Amino acid sequence: MSAWLQTIPREFFWLFGSLVALLGIASTVGAWLRRRPADEKTAASRANLVARINAWWVMVAILAVAFLAGSTMTLVLFGLASFFALREFVTLTPSSPGDRLPLSLSFFLVLPLQYLLIGMHRYGLFVIFIPVYAFLLLPSIAAMRSDIEDFLSRSAKAQWGLMVTVYSLSHAPALLLLELPGGPGASALLLFYLLLVVQMSDVMQYVFGKLFGRTKIAPVVSPSKTVEGFIGGGIAATLIGAAMWWITPFTPLASGAIAAVIVLMGFLGGLTLSAVKRSLGAKDWGVMIEGHGGMLDRTDSICFAAPIFFHVVRFFYI
Amino acid sequence: MRPSSALLVGIVKLLVGAYARWIGSTPAATQRIYFANHTSHIDTLAIWSALPRSLRRMTRPVAALDYWGKGLRRYIATRALGAVLIDRSKQDPNVDPLEPLRVALRDGDSLIIFPEGTRGAGATPAPFRQGIYKLASEFPAVELIPVYLDNLHRSFPKGAHFPVPMVCTVRFGAPLARPAESRDEFLARAREAVIALSSQGASP
Repeated sequence: MSAWLQTIPREFFWLFGSLVALLGIASTVGAWLRRRPADEKTAASRANLVARINAWWVMVAILAVAFLAGSTMTLVLFGLASFFALREFVTLTPSSPGDRLPLSLSFFLVLPLQYLLIGMHRYGLFVIFIPVYAFLLLPSIAAMRSDIEDFLSRSAKAQWGLMVTVYSLSHAPALLLLELPGGPGASALLLFYLLLVVQMSDVMQYVFGKLFGRTKIAPVVSPSKTVEGFIGGGIAATLIGAAMWWITPFTPLASGAIAAVIVLMGFLGGLTLSAVKRSLGAKDWGVMIEGHGGMLDRTDSICFAAPIFFHVVRFFYI
Repeated sequence: MRPSSALLVGIVKLLVGAYARWIGSTPAATQRIYFANHTSHIDTLAIWSALPRSLRRMTRPVAALDYWGKGLRRYIATRALGAVLIDRSKQDPNVDPLEPLRVALRDGDSLIIFPEGTRGAGATPAPFRQGIYKLASEFPAVELIPVYLDNLHRSFPKGAHFPVPMVCTVRFGAPLARPAESRDEFLARAREAVIALSSQGASP
Protein backbone atom coordinates (compact mmCIF):
# COMPACT_ATOMS: atom_id res chain seq x y z
CA MET A 1 0.00 0.00 0.00
CA SER A 2 2.63 2.52 1.01
CA ALA A 3 4.86 1.48 -1.89
CA TRP A 4 1.93 2.03 -4.19
CA LEU A 5 1.19 5.41 -2.63
CA GLN A 6 4.78 6.43 -3.31
CA THR A 7 4.27 5.87 -7.05
CA ILE A 8 1.80 8.74 -7.01
CA PRO A 9 3.67 11.94 -7.83
CA ARG A 10 3.53 14.67 -5.23
CA GLU A 11 2.14 17.07 -7.83
CA PHE A 12 -1.06 15.06 -7.74
CA PHE A 13 -1.83 15.92 -4.13
CA TRP A 14 -1.15 19.60 -4.71
CA LEU A 15 -3.37 19.70 -7.77
CA PHE A 16 -6.09 17.61 -6.29
CA GLY A 17 -6.24 19.46 -2.99
CA SER A 18 -6.34 22.91 -4.53
CA LEU A 19 -8.89 21.91 -7.18
CA VAL A 20 -11.26 20.39 -4.65
CA ALA A 21 -10.95 23.47 -2.46
CA LEU A 22 -11.57 25.83 -5.41
CA LEU A 23 -14.50 23.79 -6.71
CA GLY A 24 -16.02 23.60 -3.25
CA ILE A 25 -16.04 27.39 -3.14
CA ALA A 26 -17.38 27.61 -6.70
CA SER A 27 -20.20 25.15 -6.02
CA THR A 28 -21.20 26.97 -2.83
CA VAL A 29 -21.36 30.26 -4.72
CA GLY A 30 -23.30 28.56 -7.52
CA ALA A 31 -25.86 27.08 -5.13
CA TRP A 32 -26.24 30.45 -3.39
CA LEU A 33 -26.70 32.26 -6.73
CA ARG A 34 -29.35 29.82 -7.93
CA ARG A 35 -31.43 30.40 -4.81
CA ARG A 36 -31.55 34.14 -5.40
CA PRO A 37 -34.46 35.51 -7.39
CA ALA A 38 -33.65 36.30 -11.01
CA ASP A 39 -35.32 36.85 -14.37
CA GLU A 40 -35.32 34.05 -16.90
CA LYS A 41 -32.15 35.07 -18.73
CA THR A 42 -30.08 35.48 -15.57
CA ALA A 43 -31.42 32.19 -14.21
CA ALA A 44 -30.41 30.45 -17.43
CA SER A 45 -26.86 31.78 -17.35
CA ARG A 46 -26.59 30.85 -13.65
CA ALA A 47 -27.76 27.33 -14.49
CA ASN A 48 -25.13 27.30 -17.23
CA LEU A 49 -22.49 28.30 -14.70
CA VAL A 50 -23.51 25.52 -12.35
CA ALA A 51 -23.39 23.03 -15.27
CA ARG A 52 -19.84 24.13 -16.04
CA ILE A 53 -18.80 23.79 -12.40
CA ASN A 54 -20.29 20.31 -12.39
CA ALA A 55 -18.29 19.43 -15.51
CA TRP A 56 -15.21 20.39 -13.51
CA TRP A 57 -16.21 18.08 -10.70
CA VAL A 58 -16.45 15.27 -13.26
CA MET A 59 -12.95 16.12 -14.48
CA VAL A 60 -11.54 16.09 -10.95
CA ALA A 61 -13.30 12.78 -10.36
CA ILE A 62 -11.62 11.35 -13.48
CA LEU A 63 -8.28 12.61 -12.20
CA ALA A 64 -8.88 10.94 -8.85
CA VAL A 65 -9.96 7.68 -10.50
CA ALA A 66 -6.97 7.69 -12.87
CA PHE A 67 -4.61 7.92 -9.91
CA LEU A 68 -6.33 6.07 -7.14
CA ALA A 69 -8.27 3.31 -8.90
CA GLY A 70 -5.74 2.79 -11.66
CA SER A 71 -5.80 2.67 -15.42
CA THR A 72 -8.43 -0.08 -15.70
CA MET A 73 -11.09 2.06 -14.07
CA THR A 74 -10.09 5.02 -16.22
CA LEU A 75 -10.54 2.89 -19.33
CA VAL A 76 -13.94 1.70 -18.12
CA LEU A 77 -15.01 5.32 -17.50
CA PHE A 78 -13.95 6.47 -20.96
CA GLY A 79 -15.43 3.31 -22.48
CA LEU A 80 -18.80 4.25 -20.98
CA ALA A 81 -18.42 7.80 -22.27
CA SER A 82 -17.76 6.38 -25.74
CA PHE A 83 -20.78 4.11 -25.45
CA PHE A 84 -23.11 7.00 -24.57
CA ALA A 85 -21.62 9.24 -27.25
CA LEU A 86 -21.99 6.52 -29.91
CA ARG A 87 -25.54 5.90 -28.74
CA GLU A 88 -26.32 9.58 -29.33
CA PHE A 89 -24.67 9.50 -32.74
CA VAL A 90 -26.61 6.40 -33.82
CA THR A 91 -29.88 7.86 -32.51
CA LEU A 92 -29.55 10.90 -34.78
CA THR A 93 -28.32 8.95 -37.81
CA PRO A 94 -30.86 7.37 -40.15
CA SER A 95 -30.25 3.63 -40.53
CA SER A 96 -31.93 0.75 -42.28
CA PRO A 97 -32.62 -2.83 -41.12
CA GLY A 98 -29.40 -3.99 -42.82
CA ASP A 99 -27.35 -1.78 -40.49
CA ARG A 100 -28.61 -3.40 -37.31
CA LEU A 101 -25.95 -6.09 -37.09
CA PRO A 102 -22.94 -3.87 -37.90
CA LEU A 103 -24.27 -1.22 -35.50
CA SER A 104 -24.66 -3.72 -32.70
CA LEU A 105 -21.17 -5.03 -33.38
CA SER A 106 -19.87 -1.46 -33.10
CA PHE A 107 -21.35 -1.15 -29.61
CA PHE A 108 -20.70 -4.60 -28.23
CA LEU A 109 -17.57 -5.79 -30.02
CA VAL A 110 -15.57 -2.94 -31.59
CA LEU A 111 -15.92 -0.53 -28.66
CA PRO A 112 -14.88 -2.97 -25.91
CA LEU A 113 -12.04 -4.34 -28.07
CA GLN A 114 -10.66 -0.86 -28.71
CA TYR A 115 -10.43 -0.17 -24.97
CA LEU A 116 -9.18 -3.69 -24.27
CA LEU A 117 -6.32 -3.19 -26.74
CA ILE A 118 -5.35 -0.01 -24.90
CA GLY A 119 -5.53 -1.86 -21.60
CA MET A 120 -3.23 -4.55 -23.03
CA HIS A 121 -0.78 -1.87 -24.24
CA ARG A 122 -1.14 -3.05 -27.85
CA TYR A 123 -0.25 0.26 -29.46
CA GLY A 124 0.27 -1.18 -32.94
CA LEU A 125 -3.20 -2.70 -33.04
CA PHE A 126 -5.16 -0.05 -31.21
CA VAL A 127 -4.20 2.73 -33.66
CA ILE A 128 -5.32 0.74 -36.72
CA PHE A 129 -8.12 -1.43 -35.37
CA ILE A 130 -11.03 0.90 -36.22
CA PRO A 131 -9.54 2.73 -39.25
CA VAL A 132 -8.61 -0.58 -40.92
CA TYR A 133 -10.51 -3.58 -39.59
CA ALA A 134 -13.80 -2.01 -38.54
CA PHE A 135 -13.70 0.25 -41.59
CA LEU A 136 -13.45 -2.68 -43.99
CA LEU A 137 -15.51 -5.31 -42.23
CA LEU A 138 -18.57 -3.51 -40.88
CA PRO A 139 -19.78 -2.20 -44.27
CA SER A 140 -19.11 -5.67 -45.72
CA ILE A 141 -21.57 -7.14 -43.24
CA ALA A 142 -24.11 -4.48 -44.19
CA ALA A 143 -23.52 -5.18 -47.89
CA MET A 144 -24.48 -8.82 -47.45
CA ARG A 145 -28.02 -7.65 -46.74
CA SER A 146 -28.08 -6.31 -50.33
CA ASP A 147 -29.89 -3.13 -49.42
CA ILE A 148 -28.31 -0.51 -51.67
CA GLU A 149 -30.56 2.39 -50.72
CA ASP A 150 -28.16 5.14 -49.50
CA PHE A 151 -25.56 2.47 -48.85
CA LEU A 152 -22.48 4.68 -49.09
CA SER A 153 -24.04 7.40 -46.99
CA ARG A 154 -25.16 4.93 -44.30
CA SER A 155 -21.74 3.23 -44.13
CA ALA A 156 -19.93 6.55 -44.05
CA LYS A 157 -22.07 7.81 -41.19
CA ALA A 158 -21.58 4.64 -39.19
CA GLN A 159 -17.80 4.85 -39.66
CA TRP A 160 -17.78 8.55 -38.75
CA GLY A 161 -19.62 7.76 -35.54
CA LEU A 162 -17.08 5.09 -34.59
CA MET A 163 -14.10 7.25 -35.50
CA VAL A 164 -15.23 10.19 -33.41
CA THR A 165 -16.92 8.62 -30.41
CA VAL A 166 -14.75 5.52 -29.94
CA TYR A 167 -11.47 5.83 -31.82
CA SER A 168 -10.71 9.50 -31.15
CA LEU A 169 -12.05 9.63 -27.62
CA SER A 170 -10.09 6.50 -26.65
CA HIS A 171 -6.86 8.41 -27.29
CA ALA A 172 -7.41 10.34 -24.05
CA PRO A 173 -7.08 7.32 -21.72
CA ALA A 174 -4.50 5.88 -24.16
CA LEU A 175 -2.14 8.52 -22.74
CA LEU A 176 -1.82 6.16 -19.77
CA LEU A 177 0.00 3.60 -21.92
CA LEU A 178 2.75 6.05 -22.90
CA GLU A 179 5.90 5.11 -21.05
CA LEU A 180 7.22 8.44 -19.90
CA PRO A 181 10.39 8.88 -17.84
CA GLY A 182 8.31 9.75 -14.76
CA GLY A 183 6.47 6.38 -14.71
CA PRO A 184 2.69 5.78 -14.77
CA GLY A 185 2.03 8.80 -12.55
CA ALA A 186 3.52 11.07 -15.21
CA SER A 187 1.19 9.81 -17.95
CA ALA A 188 -1.83 10.15 -15.68
CA LEU A 189 -0.83 13.77 -15.14
CA LEU A 190 -0.74 14.18 -18.93
CA LEU A 191 -4.35 13.00 -19.15
CA PHE A 192 -5.22 15.58 -16.56
CA TYR A 193 -3.25 18.24 -18.45
CA LEU A 194 -5.23 17.49 -21.62
CA LEU A 195 -8.59 17.68 -19.86
CA LEU A 196 -7.55 20.84 -18.01
CA VAL A 197 -6.48 22.73 -21.14
CA VAL A 198 -9.55 21.62 -23.14
CA GLN A 199 -11.88 22.58 -20.32
CA MET A 200 -10.08 25.88 -19.64
CA SER A 201 -10.25 26.70 -23.32
CA ASP A 202 -14.04 26.09 -23.35
CA VAL A 203 -14.59 28.18 -20.23
CA MET A 204 -12.31 31.01 -21.32
CA GLN A 205 -13.79 31.17 -24.82
CA TYR A 206 -17.22 31.32 -23.24
CA VAL A 207 -16.18 34.11 -20.86
CA PHE A 208 -14.32 36.15 -23.51
CA GLY A 209 -17.16 35.60 -25.94
CA LYS A 210 -19.69 36.91 -23.41
CA LEU A 211 -17.53 39.94 -22.62
CA PHE A 212 -16.16 40.96 -26.01
CA GLY A 213 -17.84 38.69 -28.59
CA ARG A 214 -18.91 40.62 -31.72
CA THR A 215 -17.76 38.85 -34.88
CA LYS A 216 -19.31 35.44 -35.35
CA ILE A 217 -16.97 32.84 -36.87
CA ALA A 218 -19.59 30.49 -38.30
CA PRO A 219 -23.07 31.78 -37.43
CA VAL A 220 -24.91 28.89 -39.05
CA VAL A 221 -22.81 26.11 -37.56
CA SER A 222 -22.17 27.42 -34.08
CA PRO A 223 -23.83 30.74 -33.19
CA SER A 224 -21.98 31.12 -29.88
CA LYS A 225 -18.45 31.03 -31.34
CA THR A 226 -16.89 34.46 -31.94
CA VAL A 227 -13.47 35.60 -33.15
CA GLU A 228 -12.96 37.63 -29.96
CA GLY A 229 -13.96 34.68 -27.77
CA PHE A 230 -11.71 32.28 -29.62
CA ILE A 231 -8.63 34.54 -29.61
CA GLY A 232 -9.05 35.81 -26.06
CA GLY A 233 -10.03 32.46 -24.61
CA GLY A 234 -7.46 30.60 -26.68
CA ILE A 235 -4.61 32.84 -25.50
CA ALA A 236 -5.76 32.55 -21.90
CA ALA A 237 -5.96 28.75 -22.09
CA THR A 238 -2.56 28.61 -23.82
CA LEU A 239 -1.02 30.67 -21.01
CA ILE A 240 -2.64 28.42 -18.40
CA GLY A 241 -1.25 25.40 -20.27
CA ALA A 242 2.20 26.96 -20.33
CA ALA A 243 1.96 27.68 -16.60
CA MET A 244 1.21 23.99 -15.95
CA TRP A 245 4.48 22.84 -17.57
CA TRP A 246 5.69 21.51 -14.21
CA ILE A 247 3.25 18.56 -14.28
CA THR A 248 4.42 17.55 -17.78
CA PRO A 249 7.68 16.48 -19.45
CA PHE A 250 7.52 19.74 -21.50
CA THR A 251 9.53 22.93 -21.11
CA PRO A 252 7.36 26.02 -20.37
CA LEU A 253 7.65 27.15 -23.99
CA ALA A 254 6.82 23.72 -25.41
CA SER A 255 3.94 23.43 -22.95
CA GLY A 256 2.49 26.69 -24.29
CA ALA A 257 2.86 25.49 -27.89
CA ILE A 258 1.24 22.15 -27.11
CA ALA A 259 -1.57 23.85 -25.20
CA ALA A 260 -2.15 26.04 -28.27
CA VAL A 261 -2.47 22.90 -30.41
CA ILE A 262 -4.98 21.45 -27.92
CA VAL A 263 -6.93 24.72 -27.94
CA LEU A 264 -7.06 24.79 -31.73
CA MET A 265 -8.08 21.14 -32.06
CA GLY A 266 -10.72 21.50 -29.34
CA PHE A 267 -12.14 24.50 -31.15
CA LEU A 268 -12.23 22.59 -34.44
CA GLY A 269 -13.88 19.63 -32.71
CA GLY A 270 -16.68 21.79 -31.34
CA LEU A 271 -17.16 23.45 -34.72
CA THR A 272 -17.03 20.31 -36.86
CA LEU A 273 -19.25 18.17 -34.64
CA SER A 274 -21.71 21.03 -34.45
CA ALA A 275 -21.84 20.98 -38.26
CA VAL A 276 -22.39 17.21 -38.22
CA LYS A 277 -25.10 17.56 -35.59
CA ARG A 278 -26.89 20.29 -37.49
CA SER A 279 -26.66 18.41 -40.76
CA LEU A 280 -28.53 15.63 -38.95
CA GLY A 281 -31.21 18.15 -38.02
CA ALA A 282 -30.53 18.53 -34.30
CA LYS A 283 -29.52 21.30 -31.92
CA ASP A 284 -28.16 19.08 -29.17
CA TRP A 285 -26.65 15.63 -29.44
CA GLY A 286 -28.69 14.18 -26.66
CA VAL A 287 -30.79 14.54 -23.57
CA MET A 288 -28.67 12.70 -21.00
CA ILE A 289 -28.47 15.68 -18.72
CA GLU A 290 -31.73 17.62 -18.95
CA GLY A 291 -31.01 21.10 -20.31
CA HIS A 292 -27.32 20.46 -20.94
CA GLY A 293 -27.38 18.33 -24.06
CA GLY A 294 -25.74 14.97 -24.30
CA MET A 295 -22.40 13.26 -23.86
CA LEU A 296 -21.12 14.42 -27.27
CA ASP A 297 -21.97 18.04 -26.50
CA ARG A 298 -19.61 17.74 -23.51
CA THR A 299 -16.83 15.74 -25.18
CA ASP A 300 -16.69 17.17 -28.71
CA SER A 301 -13.50 19.19 -28.03
CA ILE A 302 -11.74 16.25 -26.35
CA CYS A 303 -12.58 13.97 -29.29
CA PHE A 304 -10.57 16.18 -31.64
CA ALA A 305 -7.80 17.23 -29.25
CA ALA A 306 -6.95 13.81 -27.76
CA PRO A 307 -5.52 11.98 -30.82
CA ILE A 308 -3.33 14.92 -31.87
CA PHE A 309 -2.08 15.49 -28.32
CA PHE A 310 -1.37 11.77 -27.98
CA HIS A 311 0.71 11.67 -31.14
CA VAL A 312 2.55 14.93 -30.43
CA VAL A 313 3.66 13.55 -27.07
CA ARG A 314 4.52 10.17 -28.53
CA PHE A 315 6.51 11.70 -31.39
CA PHE A 316 8.53 14.20 -29.38
CA TYR A 317 8.80 12.76 -25.87
CA ILE A 318 8.94 8.95 -26.08
CA MET B 1 -36.09 -2.98 -4.82
CA ARG B 2 -35.38 -6.57 -5.80
CA PRO B 3 -31.86 -7.07 -7.17
CA SER B 4 -33.29 -8.58 -10.37
CA SER B 5 -35.34 -5.44 -11.05
CA ALA B 6 -32.39 -3.17 -10.27
CA LEU B 7 -30.30 -5.12 -12.80
CA LEU B 8 -33.07 -4.91 -15.41
CA VAL B 9 -33.46 -1.16 -14.95
CA GLY B 10 -29.69 -0.76 -15.26
CA ILE B 11 -29.58 -2.72 -18.54
CA VAL B 12 -32.56 -0.85 -19.98
CA LYS B 13 -31.07 2.53 -19.07
CA LEU B 14 -27.75 1.56 -20.62
CA LEU B 15 -29.35 0.36 -23.85
CA VAL B 16 -32.05 2.95 -24.47
CA GLY B 17 -31.77 5.57 -21.72
CA ALA B 18 -35.52 5.66 -21.04
CA TYR B 19 -35.35 9.29 -19.91
CA ALA B 20 -38.62 10.43 -18.35
CA ARG B 21 -40.27 13.68 -19.48
CA TRP B 22 -43.31 14.72 -17.48
CA ILE B 23 -45.37 16.94 -19.76
CA GLY B 24 -48.67 17.85 -18.09
CA SER B 25 -48.49 15.40 -15.21
CA THR B 26 -46.09 14.76 -12.36
CA PRO B 27 -44.82 11.49 -10.90
CA ALA B 28 -47.32 10.89 -8.08
CA ALA B 29 -48.57 7.94 -6.08
CA THR B 30 -52.08 8.30 -7.53
CA GLN B 31 -53.64 5.13 -8.92
CA ARG B 32 -53.17 5.34 -12.67
CA ILE B 33 -53.46 3.54 -15.96
CA TYR B 34 -50.48 4.47 -18.15
CA PHE B 35 -51.35 3.78 -21.78
CA ALA B 36 -48.70 3.96 -24.49
CA ASN B 37 -47.86 3.33 -28.12
CA HIS B 38 -46.39 -0.13 -28.64
CA THR B 39 -43.54 -0.89 -31.05
CA SER B 40 -41.02 -3.12 -29.27
CA HIS B 41 -40.44 -5.70 -26.59
CA ILE B 42 -38.58 -3.08 -24.53
CA ASP B 43 -41.61 -0.77 -24.26
CA THR B 44 -42.85 -2.19 -20.98
CA LEU B 45 -39.39 -2.12 -19.43
CA ALA B 46 -38.72 1.39 -20.73
CA ILE B 47 -41.83 2.88 -19.12
CA TRP B 48 -41.26 0.95 -15.95
CA SER B 49 -37.61 2.11 -15.76
CA ALA B 50 -38.62 5.72 -16.42
CA LEU B 51 -40.90 5.75 -13.36
CA PRO B 52 -39.36 6.78 -10.03
CA ARG B 53 -38.46 3.82 -7.89
CA SER B 54 -41.25 4.46 -5.39
CA LEU B 55 -43.88 4.30 -8.16
CA ARG B 56 -42.49 1.13 -9.71
CA ARG B 57 -43.53 -0.82 -6.64
CA MET B 58 -47.20 0.07 -7.19
CA THR B 59 -47.17 -0.05 -11.00
CA ARG B 60 -47.73 -3.34 -12.82
CA PRO B 61 -47.13 -3.76 -16.54
CA VAL B 62 -49.68 -5.75 -18.49
CA ALA B 63 -48.00 -8.32 -20.71
CA ALA B 64 -49.18 -10.93 -23.18
CA LEU B 65 -49.19 -14.45 -21.80
CA ASP B 66 -48.17 -15.97 -25.15
CA TYR B 67 -44.86 -14.05 -25.22
CA TRP B 68 -44.06 -13.38 -21.56
CA GLY B 69 -45.55 -16.56 -20.15
CA LYS B 70 -42.62 -18.96 -20.44
CA GLY B 71 -39.00 -19.43 -19.37
CA LEU B 72 -36.74 -16.48 -18.63
CA ARG B 73 -39.32 -14.03 -19.96
CA ARG B 74 -41.85 -15.30 -17.44
CA TYR B 75 -39.30 -14.85 -14.68
CA ILE B 76 -38.60 -11.27 -15.78
CA ALA B 77 -42.29 -10.45 -16.20
CA THR B 78 -43.68 -11.92 -13.01
CA ARG B 79 -40.77 -11.90 -10.57
CA ALA B 80 -38.90 -8.73 -11.49
CA LEU B 81 -41.73 -6.56 -12.80
CA GLY B 82 -44.77 -8.01 -11.07
CA ALA B 83 -46.53 -8.01 -14.42
CA VAL B 84 -50.16 -8.94 -14.97
CA LEU B 85 -50.24 -11.54 -17.74
CA ILE B 86 -53.20 -11.49 -20.07
CA ASP B 87 -54.34 -14.20 -22.42
CA ARG B 88 -54.86 -12.81 -25.93
CA SER B 89 -55.82 -16.15 -27.47
CA LYS B 90 -59.55 -16.02 -26.48
CA GLN B 91 -59.76 -19.82 -26.54
CA ASP B 92 -62.47 -19.89 -23.91
CA PRO B 93 -65.25 -17.40 -24.78
CA ASN B 94 -66.43 -17.33 -21.16
CA VAL B 95 -63.12 -15.99 -19.84
CA ASP B 96 -62.78 -12.21 -20.09
CA PRO B 97 -59.10 -11.46 -20.78
CA LEU B 98 -59.47 -8.17 -18.90
CA GLU B 99 -60.35 -9.90 -15.63
CA PRO B 100 -56.78 -10.04 -14.21
CA LEU B 101 -56.51 -6.27 -14.88
CA ARG B 102 -59.69 -5.59 -12.91
CA VAL B 103 -58.31 -7.61 -10.01
CA ALA B 104 -55.11 -5.56 -10.02
CA LEU B 105 -57.03 -2.27 -10.21
CA ARG B 106 -59.29 -3.32 -7.34
CA ASP B 107 -56.12 -4.05 -5.34
CA GLY B 108 -55.09 -0.43 -5.85
CA ASP B 109 -52.25 -1.08 -8.30
CA SER B 110 -51.45 1.15 -11.26
CA LEU B 111 -51.19 -0.48 -14.69
CA ILE B 112 -49.13 -0.01 -17.85
CA ILE B 113 -51.16 -1.00 -20.91
CA PHE B 114 -50.74 -0.89 -24.68
CA PRO B 115 -54.22 -0.32 -26.10
CA GLU B 116 -53.19 -1.25 -29.64
CA GLY B 117 -53.00 -4.82 -28.37
CA THR B 118 -49.93 -5.64 -30.43
CA ARG B 119 -46.70 -4.06 -31.62
CA GLY B 120 -46.81 -1.68 -34.57
CA ALA B 121 -44.04 -0.81 -37.01
CA GLY B 122 -43.95 2.99 -37.10
CA ALA B 123 -43.87 6.12 -35.00
CA THR B 124 -47.69 6.48 -35.01
CA PRO B 125 -49.86 4.00 -33.07
CA ALA B 126 -52.55 1.84 -34.70
CA PRO B 127 -56.23 2.29 -33.69
CA PHE B 128 -56.89 1.41 -30.05
CA ARG B 129 -58.87 -1.63 -28.96
CA GLN B 130 -61.77 -1.33 -26.60
CA GLY B 131 -60.13 -2.66 -23.42
CA ILE B 132 -59.03 0.78 -22.24
CA TYR B 133 -62.59 2.09 -22.71
CA LYS B 134 -64.02 -0.67 -20.55
CA LEU B 135 -61.46 -0.12 -17.78
CA ALA B 136 -61.90 3.65 -17.93
CA SER B 137 -65.69 3.31 -17.55
CA GLU B 138 -65.52 0.72 -14.80
CA PHE B 139 -62.85 2.50 -12.74
CA PRO B 140 -63.72 6.21 -12.92
CA ALA B 141 -61.40 7.13 -10.04
CA VAL B 142 -58.25 5.85 -11.78
CA GLU B 143 -56.26 8.50 -13.69
CA LEU B 144 -55.58 7.82 -17.37
CA ILE B 145 -52.07 8.97 -18.33
CA PRO B 146 -51.06 8.95 -22.02
CA VAL B 147 -47.44 7.94 -22.64
CA TYR B 148 -45.41 8.27 -25.81
CA LEU B 149 -42.26 6.23 -26.43
CA ASP B 150 -39.97 7.50 -29.17
CA ASN B 151 -37.20 5.75 -31.12
CA LEU B 152 -37.92 2.26 -29.79
CA HIS B 153 -39.43 1.29 -33.14
CA ARG B 154 -35.95 1.91 -34.54
CA SER B 155 -33.98 0.45 -31.65
CA PHE B 156 -35.81 -2.87 -31.40
CA PRO B 157 -38.42 -3.18 -34.16
CA LYS B 158 -40.82 -6.04 -34.62
CA GLY B 159 -38.96 -9.03 -36.06
CA ALA B 160 -35.53 -7.98 -34.73
CA HIS B 161 -33.65 -10.31 -32.42
CA PHE B 162 -31.60 -7.78 -30.49
CA PRO B 163 -31.82 -4.05 -29.71
CA VAL B 164 -29.45 -1.44 -31.13
CA PRO B 165 -28.64 1.12 -28.38
CA MET B 166 -30.50 4.38 -29.02
CA VAL B 167 -31.67 7.23 -26.85
CA CYS B 168 -35.37 6.97 -25.98
CA THR B 169 -37.50 9.41 -24.02
CA VAL B 170 -40.64 8.35 -22.20
CA ARG B 171 -43.14 11.22 -22.27
CA PHE B 172 -45.94 11.28 -19.74
CA GLY B 173 -48.85 13.55 -20.72
CA ALA B 174 -51.74 15.23 -18.88
CA PRO B 175 -54.50 12.96 -17.47
CA LEU B 176 -57.19 12.15 -20.01
CA ALA B 177 -60.77 13.24 -19.18
CA ARG B 178 -63.27 10.46 -18.45
CA PRO B 179 -65.23 8.96 -21.32
CA ALA B 180 -68.35 11.10 -21.92
CA GLU B 181 -68.69 10.27 -25.59
CA SER B 182 -69.25 7.07 -27.56
CA ARG B 183 -66.74 4.24 -27.31
CA ASP B 184 -65.12 4.84 -30.66
CA GLU B 185 -64.84 8.57 -30.08
CA PHE B 186 -63.20 7.96 -26.73
CA LEU B 187 -60.73 5.49 -28.24
CA ALA B 188 -59.85 8.02 -30.96
CA ARG B 189 -59.38 10.76 -28.36
CA ALA B 190 -57.13 8.54 -26.22
CA ARG B 191 -55.03 7.71 -29.27
CA GLU B 192 -54.77 11.39 -30.23
CA ALA B 193 -53.50 12.16 -26.71
CA VAL B 194 -50.62 9.73 -27.26
CA ILE B 195 -49.86 11.05 -30.76
CA ALA B 196 -49.91 14.65 -29.50
CA LEU B 197 -47.01 13.79 -27.17
CA SER B 198 -44.89 12.63 -30.10
CA SER B 199 -44.20 16.24 -31.10
CA GLN B 200 -43.51 17.53 -27.59
CA GLY B 201 -40.32 17.35 -25.53
CA ALA B 202 -38.69 15.33 -28.27
CA SER B 203 -35.35 13.63 -28.18
CA PRO B 204 -33.09 15.82 -30.32
